[in-house]
Amino acid sequence: MIPPSFEYLTPSNISDAVALLQKHGDEAKILAGGHSLIPAMRLRLAEPGYLIDISGIGGLDYIQEESGQLRIGAMTCEAALEESEIVQSKYPLLLDTAKMIADPSVRNMATVGGNLAHGDPANDHPATMLALRASVVAEGPNGTREIKIDDFFPDFFTTALAEDEILTEIRIPSPPSASGGAYLKIERKVGDYAAAAVACQLNIDSSGSIENIGLGLTNVGSTPIRASSAEELLKGKKPDENMLAEAGRLAAADSEPMEDLRGSAEYKRALVNELTQRAIKLSLQRAEGSR
Amino acid sequence: MSKHTVSIDINGTTVTKEVDSRMLLVHFIREELQMTGTHIGCDTSSCGACTILMNGRSVKSCTLYTVQANGKSVKTIEGMEEGGALHPLQEGFHEEHGLQCGFCTPGMIMRAAELLEKNPNPSEEEIRWGISGNLCRCTGYVNIVKAIQYAAEKMQKEAA
Repeated sequence: MIPPSFEYLTPSNISDAVALLQKHGDEAKILAGGHSLIPAMRLRLAEPGYLIDISGIGGLDYIQEESGQLRIGAMTCEAALEESEIVQSKYPLLLDTAKMIADPSVRNMATVGGNLAHGDPANDHPATMLALRASVVAEGPNGTREIKIDDFFPDFFTTALAEDEILTEIRIPSPPSASGGAYLKIERKVGDYAAAAVACQLNIDSSGSIENIGLGLTNVGSTPIRASSAEELLKGKKPDENMLAEAGRLAAADSEPMEDLRGSAEYKRALVNELTQRAIKLSLQRAEGSR
Repeated sequence: MSKHTVSIDINGTTVTKEVDSRMLLVHFIREELQMTGTHIGCDTSSCGACTILMNGRSVKSCTLYTVQANGKSVKTIEGMEEGGALHPLQEGFHEEHGLQCGFCTPGMIMRAAELLEKNPNPSEEEIRWGISGNLCRCTGYVNIVKAIQYAAEKMQKEAA
């Protein structure tokens, strides 16, 4: 499958890239790692007249902790997350997620920023960033603004980015002590989208009760979904088996899966139910372990 | 049609050519350079038959435009042997019968090359996850894993 023709543009800084977006409007697409966009172009699901390759712009590839935040440059590839010592030691949810995205060679190209900016509810980072209560930085003609992740996915394959804005950074609050997280995904095979997946991030107090918890659901609705009823149930609690089962039921009720090749809606709800319970348990274990 | 001049280091030799912006890297390698060791399998970034190294990292060349490789160094299966001697991975696939039809082999070897570069002594599980983006429809993977273990052992001995 040969993709349609396009003009290939290589700006050397963000403001030039923004200017190109302003000039070409909805004819243009940003090219990051290209591992969602190029397949879409080959299938003629996307036919941009202009591709603006931002891989030549320096300073968008970093993972660093500062001012109580983990800051990830939008062009950071998934493999870099896997290899990052900060991520390995303090962000188990991010590490789990990176390892479950596509396969090792795709992870060498695919970027964290692209995974979010593509707006695909089947992608893995959106749910993870919901659980982590992250925000993203968008740069446009009038400078930068920070967008809370809960406001970033208003609709199916739609993000809060304006036509002339570029996602440049992801900001994640550094977890307090006794924090844990996990990403559990059921996929038919390596490289497939999730039949369903659940991201959990939490921290516990000295008595083992959950202080804060974030739960995000992948590919069980037209947008990534926050399992807010389960979050509310668990906040301030030290859950027993019955409460975990109730949290699973609530998360499943918050999901809106559609039947497809990966299973029936009922099956996917059952997955959300079970994966939610397992992700919370694993996160609690990891939080205990990180005291 | 948008044309661009690219300069790419291919197996140690810099090649400069004019290409269409939409030319995929795998087509550039196979059709412009006539290096047909890199295969096209699924053509959708699932199977890994087109795997090459770009700046030392394994990538699927069916899902890259040639223009994205401009200024970078690319290594294909043709660049693996040195001075007429097979690379330990090539030797391993030969010795351990790591292939039947051979279609997936170049991609498997390029992927395994990065794996062993980063993790010279991988466990069986690490090898299996490491090649999880490369599909083989003949062998059932057992001998592929053995071939990579063979290469890991040989490369470690050589390094010692």
